[in-house]
Amino acid sequence: MKLLLRAHESRWLAPAAIGVAVLVTLLLTAGPIRLAGANPLAAYERYVITPLTSFGGIGEVLLASTPLIFTGLAVAIAFRVGYFNIGAEGQYLAGAIAATIPGLYLPGLPALLALPLALAAGALGGTAWALLPAWLKRRAHIDEVVTTLLLNPVALLLVQGLLNGPWRNSQTGFPDSDSFGAGYTLPAIVDGSRVHWGLIIALLLVVATWIVMSFTPLGLRLRAAGQAGAAARFSGIHVSSLQWRSALVSGAVAGLGGASQVLGVQHQLTASIAVGYGYTGVVVATLGALSAGGVLLAALLLGTIAVGAQNASVVLHVPSQMGAIVSSTLLLTVVSAMVARHYRIVFGHGRVAGTRTEDDIEALGQPIRAPEADPARTSDTGHESEKVQ
Amino acid sequence: MTGVRPPLAELRAITKTFGALVANDSIDLVVQPGEVHALLGENGAGKSTLTRILYGLSQPDSGEISIEGTVRKMSSPADAMAAGIGMVTQEFSLVGTMTVTENLMLAGVGIGRINRVAARTRALEAAARIGVSINPDAVVETLSVGERQRVEIVKALFHDCRLLILDEPTAVLVPQDVGMLFDSIRRLTADGMGVIFISHKLHEVVEIAGRVSILRRGKIVASVPAAGLEPRQIAAMMVGAEVVAHGGITEAVSTVEADALATSIGLEPSAVSTALVAPAGDRPPGVGRATTVSSATPAATASTAVAATSGRANTASVPALAIRDLTLRGSGAPLLDTVSITVAPGEIVGVAGVSGNGQTELVSVLCGMAEPTSGSIQIGRVDITALGVVERIRAGLGRLTEDRRGSVIPNLSVEQNLVLEDLDTFRRGPFLSRTRMRTHVHQLMQRFDIRANATDPIRSLSGGNMQKVLLARALSRNPRALVASQPTRGLDVGACEYVYSQLRGLRDDGAGVLVISEDLDELLGLCDRIVVLFSGRIIGDVMAADASREELGLLMTGQAA
Repeated sequence: MKLLLRAHESRWLAPAAIGVAVLVTLLLTAGPIRLAGANPLAAYERYVITPLTSFGGIGEVLLASTPLIFTGLAVAIAFRVGYFNIGAEGQYLAGAIAATIPGLYLPGLPALLALPLALAAGALGGTAWALLPAWLKRRAHIDEVVTTLLLNPVALLLVQGLLNGPWRNSQTGFPDSDSFGAGYTLPAIVDGSRVHWGLIIALLLVVATWIVMSFTPLGLRLRAAGQAGAAARFSGIHVSSLQWRSALVSGAVAGLGGASQVLGVQHQLTASIAVGYGYTGVVVATLGALSAGGVLLAALLLGTIAVGAQNASVVLHVPSQMGAIVSSTLLLTVVSAMVARHYRIVFGHGRVAGTRTEDDIEALGQPIRAPEADPARTSDTGHESEKVQ
Repeated sequence: MTGVRPPLAELRAITKTFGALVANDSIDLVVQPGEVHALLGENGAGKSTLTRILYGLSQPDSGEISIEGTVRKMSSPADAMAAGIGMVTQEFSLVGTMTVTENLMLAGVGIGRINRVAARTRALEAAARIGVSINPDAVVETLSVGERQRVEIVKALFHDCRLLILDEPTAVLVPQDVGMLFDSIRRLTADGMGVIFISHKLHEVVEIAGRVSILRRGKIVASVPAAGLEPRQIAAMMVGAEVVAHGGITEAVSTVEADALATSIGLEPSAVSTALVAPAGDRPPGVGRATTVSSATPAATASTAVAATSGRANTASVPALAIRDLTLRGSGAPLLDTVSITVAPGEIVGVAGVSGNGQTELVSVLCGMAEPTSGSIQIGRVDITALGVVERIRAGLGRLTEDRRGSVIPNLSVEQNLVLEDLDTFRRGPFLSRTRMRTHVHQLMQRFDIRANATDPIRSLSGGNMQKVLLARALSRNPRALVASQPTRGLDVGACEYVYSQLRGLRDDGAGVLVISEDLDELLGLCDRIVVLFSGRIIGDVMAADASREELGLLMTGQAA
């Protein structure tokens, strides 16, 4: 049995692969849910349907999705150029810290000044946290996966250090900062809902990213740089410069996410802000296939499951972590399906007509005067290469 | 099986095909103990395939291998090692961060304890056996190329090796190292070992080999004792040109074969076989040229005529492409050594040479992907030596590289790849103007007959269509100079002919074209002038009309004509 790379993929293949992935996820998670003492079908209903059946539920989903849109977008922007920023968590926290500074030290500012200032501070904080790994990557080719990842716990320790030190609450003595001045509140979009203007900012960023990626020369260069760096360099694209700039923008977006969370939800800095939105951002970006629209959909889906998992834990007494298990399983199956769709399975040893193995090409080490098929079907005759089993 | 001892290795009727291509066509080869058996042939003649089969890296379609009289099946390199066969390839398989001893131990690690002291002693013994000194504690990274090769040979000797395959061992070596390598080979054969020696360098073969087998298009065309052989005769057999026999060898390419070859380069068969059979040197150049032109296709005739006139008219003008004393140093011998090539407007200059003699490096320096150690490159009057890719393109450089798939973004569409190098010309405000892009792409696809949807990912295109996209991208800007490396590699006859006509068209429009190719027929059919690259140096510069395959073959193997 061999896996052959498909030369041509039909349009329905990607959606079909996702469908299969969802089905496999349901099958795989049914066991654990059953073990937890609930009916899997009832649990799935709680996870993905119940939250969307009420106005309040939808509000909660949007609220839960907002930080995920920020971090998911941040990760996608960097990944798209081939810069693997795993540090959205740290950049998000740095953004939250930076937005807290004016909130605490300039409490009297009116909202019109306070909000732009705090948001800008958040973006700057995220950028600052992304700066060192990006610089090390550009100057010394140091792998950004390691450096961005390792800065995450540093940011968390910084938050905890500040909250236990200079920013300890002056009234209660608890490790939470004082509340921000009144001007530092991102208003609710609809009165009576907790959904705040952070969501609008996130949506604007999604649209902006979509426009840049789809309609500008820069977007095409970014995609080229991310998909085939060497070939992009050959075409005169400054890959390392694009990666450097994207890394900083990515940090800024994650930082804005942190600012949006403290300004829209917490109104103070607390350690509870670090619940792994940055890491989930990697999941969101991957599930969303690194596209702006995909990130939005994936963030909403994971937001729904997060809210549903709370609901299920109350109603069905399933541990709320089960929601995370479903999300993670979904990530693994979707990613597997998206890779698997590039291949088709061939049984037996027989060489398939019109295919050539990598081994053969290597063995020849020489131009192959390939007998190309009739010109009418040339788009189907791309050389197929082979992965062993 | 002659004499008392069976041959060390005997290959019988080895055949290996890759689709329509016959890489090895019923090859018989015998290596005796104590013999250095040289395998010679152009690229693609089947040498590598044959040695890969012997070393178990590739399975033959038919034929058998016997080692010391016993038929053995080589399913993997492990079988080959067990049968006493060792191989040293051009790419070394050493771990750079480990010491020599550790690398040698890797070769023999099985289950159980590692005996470092014993391994170190064995390393020293093996080094003594080939007559070299190796520091067993040196870290491989710190060794020179020649020293690494010695470690590779010692590594092969670790498994009681009786037949050593050396695949172009001298390609990476400086002359002093070549001398040491030959001393080692002589010591080994004196012990009764057999060596299969692959090389393109004829003087080396004559110096070291006892027997020479020449492969051409998958067949052994001659297997003769090396003693008394003239490099000129070997070269003629390699490239398949007819030579008047001095040493009793009259191997030559058949007319049928020459005709097939001629068709593949788009000439009328009779033209080339005539040209091949009649030794070029015996004809007045004018006559030879007239014969070729008269029987070639009308298009070729016209362009040749234009080249002849424009070439003369432009001698005083600024060259389209001027490469001066270009040098690129690597870790071993210089990769490019004071290379100077001038391409006049309206001229196609070919760079001939066996692969690995600096072609890849030359192309990557010209394309702006590598920085030369010294020397300069000019397009017209613009010095582009220090310019980036975008500025080079703006100065009028067109590029067509051998690695087609490395020049496109596989997942982007045909359309996007076509405009990728000129994005700023399709800008409208901050955005890309889709309509202008579409019109441009549509025109290019029509003009270059690209048979695909503009929105298909480019990876789904066939080689020929992809090359058309790259041609379209390079030619749409009307470059002053085009660098085309292996422009027809992997293409079918129709696509090849198409590429040739485009290159000729560009030349006729007054651009200079530099074609780098391993295919002599292609160069002879396409170029006005051919320079020969050998070991990173230009060692020949001939007018294509006056050039013979024999002469070029000699130059390509490092012999002065």
